[in-house]
Amino acid sequence: MTTDLIAAALGLLAGMLSALFGVGGGLIFVPTLIFLGKDAHVAVATSLAAMVPVILMGAWRQTRYGAVRWRDAVVVGLASVPTAKVGEVIANSLSNRTLQRAFAVLLLAVAVQMAVRALREEPAAEGEARAETGEAA
Amino acid sequence: MDSRVPVLVAIGLVAGLFSGLFGVGGGILIVPMLIAFRGYPPKTAMATSLAAILFTAVAAAASHAGAGNVAWKEGALIGLPAVAGAYIGAAVHQRVDSRRVVLLFAAFLAIVAVRLAV
Repeated sequence: MTTDLIAAALGLLAGMLSALFGVGGGLIFVPTLIFLGKDAHVAVATSLAAMVPVILMGAWRQTRYGAVRWRDAVVVGLASVPTAKVGEVIANSLSNRTLQRAFAVLLLAVAVQMAVRALREEPAAEGEARAETGEAA
Repeated sequence: MDSRVPVLVAIGLVAGLFSGLFGVGGGILIVPMLIAFRGYPPKTAMATSLAAILFTAVAAAASHAGAGNVAWKEGALIGLPAVAGAYIGAAVHQRVDSRRVVLLFAAFLAIVAVRLAV
């Protein structure tokens, strides 16, 4: 029961973080499931199932805003189906430990990429701030 | 056939592999590729990626479920509250001082990655 509540709280948090930072829910679901004691293989599979309702809601909202180019989305989405199966076969051929480490590398790469992008944006934002103070003075 | 179709197919093929292997949607690849190769504005890229991933996630989840790897209870316990979380996250998005928070979040992800690896 307590574990269920923790899982639900982590799910809520994961959904918030993914919306706030524009990262996919899966990137957060997989480590969450591993920390809840699941095998990496189960975490990967369960993450895909858990993201379906989140994506459904997101895609529905974005469609209402008119931001989705559905024709392109269908082509990309259908093309991804067979290779997702290949990915699954590869994942299942790896040991639990190797899969978990491979995921860790992916997560680290995303973290570095996020940090680099945030730092690159800094000088421009500061320049603007200075320009504004200069104008005020 | 439209000349942009092969590019879109290629994007889908790469993203699908990532998705099935790592249990992620593939948006980390689809979004930058739609921007780089199809000239999408970032917001349209994110929205279209989300719609594309719907196909990926449903197919990949069904396939993984066939292999008996989906923990349905935990999936529901995490996925359903995440819908509410995403709603809240989308609502407060504008109020976040992004740069500092993004760096903090990146550091958090890096710590999680290290903990997973060792």
